[in-house]
Amino acid sequence: MENGVVLSMRNIGKSFPGVKALQHVDFTLRKGEIHALMGENGAGKSTLIKVLTGVYPKDEGEIYIDGVKDAITIRSPQEAQAYGISTVYQEITLCPNLTVAENMYIGRGKGIGVNWKEMERKAGALLSSLGIPARPRQQLGSCSLAVQQMVAIARAVDIDCKVLILDEPTSSLDDKEVAMLFRLMRDLKARGVGIIFVTHFLEQVYEVSDRITVLRNGELVCEYEVDKLPQVKLVAMMMGKELEGLDVIKKTKAGGEKAGKPYYEAEGLSSTASRPFDFHIAQGEVNGFTGLLGSGRSESVRAIFGADRVTGGKVRVNGKPVRITKPIEAMKNGIGYLPEDRKRDGIIADLSVRDNIILALQVMKGFFHPFSKAEAEKFADEYIKALEIKTASKDTPIKSLSGGNQQKVILARWLLTHPQYLILDEPTRGIDVGTKTEIQKLVLKMAEDGMCVTFISSEIEEMLRTCSRLIVMRDRNIVGELKGEELTQDHVMYTIAGGGN
Amino acid sequence: MKQTKKRSPILSQLLMPLLALLVLVIFNLIRDPGFFSVELAANNNGDPVLRGNLISILNGASELAILAMGMTLVTAASGGQDISVGALAAIAGSMFVKVLRAGAGITPLTVVLGFLACCAVAMAFGAFNGTLVSVFHIQPMIATLILYTCGRSIAYWINGGATPTVDSPIISAIGSFIPGVPIPTPILIVILMGVIFSLVFRFTTLSLYTQTVGINQGAARLNGINAVGMKLLAFIILGVCCAVSGVIGVSRLSLINHETLLLDIEMDAILAVAIGGNSLGGGKFNMVGSILGAYAIQALTITLYAMKVPSTNIKAYKAVVIILIVAVGSPVVKQAFHRLWSRLTNGQPAGKAGKEVSA
Repeated sequence: MENGVVLSMRNIGKSFPGVKALQHVDFTLRKGEIHALMGENGAGKSTLIKVLTGVYPKDEGEIYIDGVKDAITIRSPQEAQAYGISTVYQEITLCPNLTVAENMYIGRGKGIGVNWKEMERKAGALLSSLGIPARPRQQLGSCSLAVQQMVAIARAVDIDCKVLILDEPTSSLDDKEVAMLFRLMRDLKARGVGIIFVTHFLEQVYEVSDRITVLRNGELVCEYEVDKLPQVKLVAMMMGKELEGLDVIKKTKAGGEKAGKPYYEAEGLSSTASRPFDFHIAQGEVNGFTGLLGSGRSESVRAIFGADRVTGGKVRVNGKPVRITKPIEAMKNGIGYLPEDRKRDGIIADLSVRDNIILALQVMKGFFHPFSKAEAEKFADEYIKALEIKTASKDTPIKSLSGGNQQKVILARWLLTHPQYLILDEPTRGIDVGTKTEIQKLVLKMAEDGMCVTFISSEIEEMLRTCSRLIVMRDRNIVGELKGEELTQDHVMYTIAGGGN
Repeated sequence: MKQTKKRSPILSQLLMPLLALLVLVIFNLIRDPGFFSVELAANNNGDPVLRGNLISILNGASELAILAMGMTLVTAASGGQDISVGALAAIAGSMFVKVLRAGAGITPLTVVLGFLACCAVAMAFGAFNGTLVSVFHIQPMIATLILYTCGRSIAYWINGGATPTVDSPIISAIGSFIPGVPIPTPILIVILMGVIFSLVFRFTTLSLYTQTVGINQGAARLNGINAVGMKLLAFIILGVCCAVSGVIGVSRLSLINHETLLLDIEMDAILAVAIGGNSLGGGKFNMVGSILGAYAIQALTITLYAMKVPSTNIKAYKAVVIILIVAVGSPVVKQAFHRLWSRLTNGQPAGKAGKEVSA
């Protein structure tokens, strides 16, 4: 193995029933390097990580690690750890009801006795050397998500780790916490740890990585040093085509501005989770709620759809006063809602893609009027094709699809009901760039056809690209409404931050 | 991307109950080649009737099969089980007898009225259970523990503590044979219930909604499904199943014994659902599996009787067989079996064998 290389994977192949998840993939990680692993959903990132950590056995190829002459076989995460390969997953996998120190050393003692003092001393030393703001005796659950993540990393690092895998570590962190995490990553890098960084956020890749490997459809596309790969080219590599730029989208935006007569109007609408607010949207309009996490943007749209218990307010649809206190009433008024938390509120995990697609329309059609199998199949086929949903078949349970494709299924579910007003709460979260652009384009096309859309996204650029009017929220109150010339990133930031004008 | 042919998931779910039945059949055939022979004989009244172990199994499992159908729905929707079905059947049976004895004599009309009355009562108690589970979010086993505990006392009160008999040709036609029809009536009732359920599944969205609620209640609500109502409905349907089983049970003996009618059947009903390959945690379900499970349990009982196992020992033997069935059906054994199968077929590791069909 060449000098300085800590991990080398050669010609890795792995198939699942119906899919070749990885074919001839090479991956090289050097000492003290942060190596971003990029690719769209279903590109094979997770599979590669799982092969490396022994979750899946590989079908072909070799893995070499620094210090071992022959190719190694990794049969379980425990074996991976023994070779010095540690993983910190997207979801925190520690125990929130134990202390920080306990979490760092749990399951690692040799005997049954525990030297609590020694454990806490060691934990304290490690935490402070890594600059992690947590005390050993603090309950883990009382730390912020970012700190919990960093404790997970500290635990991984302490197990004499040569290769540290961070799988989407930043997706639930705010900017400050991301900065904190990056500081820790750079620190580990300086100690010679090789870090594999899996993420969807392009900016973060450029901020912290040294090298980028791009996968697409289970195959290796390229490996670049980060300063030799401009962002636009990276996106093109991931999507496998020249970017039909975001400019194209911008031009069509004008379409969203010639708004028709109001479709939905609310006055003093409030729910158990949101404070009273006024809101309206016109036919063919795309508007959005923006604000920091917890600002009340999701709660507001949930109130519109009747997802939480509505406690007051007047609502008019198409000028007529209506009562919307339950989702079914909203649906009957032509409103659709794609929820923020896909796993919790969106997918019916064990049901097939077909059943997941027809669900909302079926409910609107009624209990005594089930779709025939042929009708259901027709709908499913139509939308699997239209949205390019990647699934082995329409009978596949939705839980075995990748995140982006699950999201497309939920989107298909609502499009099938032909709503007049569609609410999309974070439709692009955790989704690759290609699908993101597709969804944005789709939103604008629907608006052109006269549908109104309310769009929520944590990425301001995405909101600016799609919305013609932005409602800005802070601390559960609407603090501003921006349109036209005011729709610039600076202006939005300024309003969110409370500059006010 | 390579497409593959996969085994139908429904078939693989039915594998366990079918396997259990198959093993019992083969075992009995080896033991006694004539075990399953069916003969046409005349009964005391001179009517032709079918006799034999096979008929005993099908006939004896009727109440269990009907309860298993309802239990499947409750399990799927609520992710829990109703342990009060035996007690509720006793209440329904007592109500049936009470109405029959209220009139001057037993006529087809009083039987229909009695059935309707006991259905109404059972549905009301089902709604009680269902309300505790769906509105008050009490775990199904705890919620139904209430009726499990007091149900047979309620049945006792209905007939003032007596165990009255209801002697009538109509009742014996329900409990044993309709004159001229050689098939025991309870078997026909099971078929009728099966047909009704399949019609309900065909002409309503009960199956889709129940599974949706069982898998993800929150998401079901956001798609406009009345999740509370669906759970309630499942318990009410199970109530109807209890009423039908109770009526069959009463009619077999032409009397109501509230202490022994369908005693301990709740555990067999739950077991039938489990043997049928259904997750007891709710969600996706397969009612055919549960029905096959019910017959497998009854086949086991009859086999043990045929082997002259003393009735006090039967439960212990049953337990051993159940351990085997459950162990064979467990994911660990299934996977090991799958690996073995792959190795035998083409010497490749599991997960790859026979998968790639087209290039």
